Amino acid sequence: MKPQSLFDKLWARHVVVEETAETPAVLYIDLHLIHEVTSPQAFAALKERGLKVRRPDKTLGTLDHSTPTKKADAEGRLPYASREAEEQVAALIRNCEEHGVDLLGLGDPRRGIVHVIGPELGITQPGKTIVCGDSHTSTHGAFGALAFGIGTTEVGHVLATQCLLQRKPKSMRVTFVGIPPAGAGAKDMALAMIGEIGADGGQGYAIEFAGEAVEALSMEGRMTLCNMSIEAGARVGMVAPDETTFAWLDGRDFSPKGDAWDRAVEDWKNLATEEGAPFDREVEIEISALAPMITYGVSPDASAPVDALAPAPAGDVERSAADYMRFEAGRPFADAKVDRVFIGSCTNSRLEDLRAAAAVMRGRKVMRGVVALIVPGSEAVKRAAEAEGLDRVFIDAGAEWREPGCSMCIAMNGDAGAPGDLVVSTSNRNFIGRQGKDVRTVLASPATAAASAIEGKIADPRPYLEGAADVA
Amino acid sequence: MSREPFRKLTSRTLVLSQENIDTDQIIPARFLTTTTREGLGKAAFYDWRYDANGRPKNSSIFNGYNRETHKILVAGSNFGCGSSREHAPWALFDFGFRVVISSDIADIFKSNALKNGLLPVTVDEATHRKLLASPGIAATVDLEEESVTIEGLGEARFKVEPFARRCLIDGVDPLGHLLNQIAAIEAYERARA
Repeated sequence: MKPQSLFDKLWARHVVVEETAETPAVLYIDLHLIHEVTSPQAFAALKERGLKVRRPDKTLGTLDHSTPTKKADAEGRLPYASREAEEQVAALIRNCEEHGVDLLGLGDPRRGIVHVIGPELGITQPGKTIVCGDSHTSTHGAFGALAFGIGTTEVGHVLATQCLLQRKPKSMRVTFVGIPPAGAGAKDMALAMIGEIGADGGQGYAIEFAGEAVEALSMEGRMTLCNMSIEAGARVGMVAPDETTFAWLDGRDFSPKGDAWDRAVEDWKNLATEEGAPFDREVEIEISALAPMITYGVSPDASAPVDALAPAPAGDVERSAADYMRFEAGRPFADAKVDRVFIGSCTNSRLEDLRAAAAVMRGRKVMRGVVALIVPGSEAVKRAAEAEGLDRVFIDAGAEWREPGCSMCIAMNGDAGAPGDLVVSTSNRNFIGRQGKDVRTVLASPATAAASAIEGKIADPRPYLEGAADVA
Repeated sequence: MSREPFRKLTSRTLVLSQENIDTDQIIPARFLTTTTREGLGKAAFYDWRYDANGRPKNSSIFNGYNRETHKILVAGSNFGCGSSREHAPWALFDFGFRVVISSDIADIFKSNALKNGLLPVTVDEATHRKLLASPGIAATVDLEEESVTIEGLGEARFKVEPFARRCLIDGVDPLGHLLNQIAAIEAYERARA
């Protein structure tokens, strides 16, 4: 038999009906995650046709996008951004009740950002097909799952049939060459990769990330990397499951137990890409000298080392981006005054991310005038962080410690920057207005964001590393 | 569920030449708290059309734009990148657009548009350049023929995934096709159980 890639194996396992010239394949979906923003119209479409959710047992709901990250008031009322936001949350609660779908709702200790809780619960597993009406569903590919974002019409298709009509995408392997120096990690690898292949470089492809540095990444790091695949245009990003994956999943709520666990691991071990498996495109990214990365434009592919000088814009597109971002060509990025720092989102809100930020902020103060928001990715992350005292580190530094949710990544729950603000953000998109009207977003790792909060300007986190000379 | 079918359209173009127009530009996230799909045209390109006080921007290309005569949106490459929100094609359709032409259209947006009567057309670079340079030009987009004829500038071919093309021409939701596969889906589930 011809050698197969991880992607080929997962695709083949889930084909219910093969594709033909006239029709796409019918692809089976093992896990459908839903949230309040992209599901109400899908449930309405089911109702219109008199259909039920076919497999509520393979569907799991959570609330994350529209939910406030501030606590309820004395009367127990949550500070929703609008009546519509509150109604959207109520709609998902109603729809899940009506269709018998489990919802990790407000007050549930398992609630959180959809791409944080799936892995955390162990319901995200190697070999599964996972979809969600959210482009960052690629995150789950970190576990060797075939996971991708879909639109609301397709959410309806999966609710009704547990399947999707799909053409098989092309395959790309991105191999990271070398091991990044201290201070640079998964987020920096992702930003370097997007900078290299471009915001549309992965369009039409499923990406597999490979190389020594990927194997060395923690599951959190792999999730950060796969999460950002879509910012290179690829709906799918994946990493072969290995001992790191199995160790992470062992003992979680939904992970198989006992003999079933042993059988599952045996199966998962066979998923990795075989020697000589073909890819439609191969890309190598050299990272032996990788520096902490930031973005300076309005597309995630405008990335540069944090200690670089702002480039002179070439062409109309770059000029208008430079006008918006207001970095002066030839000046260090570090000259730019920061108004806000956001540490959170499905890209970087896990315990490891919060530890990295806390390591920088411990015993230091957020620069006067800077608003720093720390938003854990889930209730479980929040509890774990508090058990380690990370909340105190942030609060003592003068940052705000919030309730879990998407928050300022998409800025639809009321958490947003003010017009003109420069925000250093651990999220995934620096689009114009993404974090509030006329807000300027600089994407960075948790350590870089934390260092920027301390210095009040875009800052290199490396001087704050353990063992580095004291910067104060 | 029936949709408005698309076969052939002759209309004028609105040109947004920027590259990487993401779905946050097409419809900002603060409009996503809706629970219906209707009426989103008012939010289409909202921050491009209105200032912080909700007043129309003088500089907006949408000023004086006629929705009846300009139903073809021509955009820079990588149109529709970013968030998977289907609100983007809903908003564009409700605003009046029926065709989006670019050299390169993001995967999820393309898939969403096809399911909502909004035809995404990917043309070669040379044709794309001609269209970008000729705002307001009349063009005929023929889905049966998979051709776009630009007034005075010739014809270009494009490809649309055959099944989506058929659904669009017939004005049907592909869900019907999936529902016809239930027996095969059940057999798959039994075999894996």
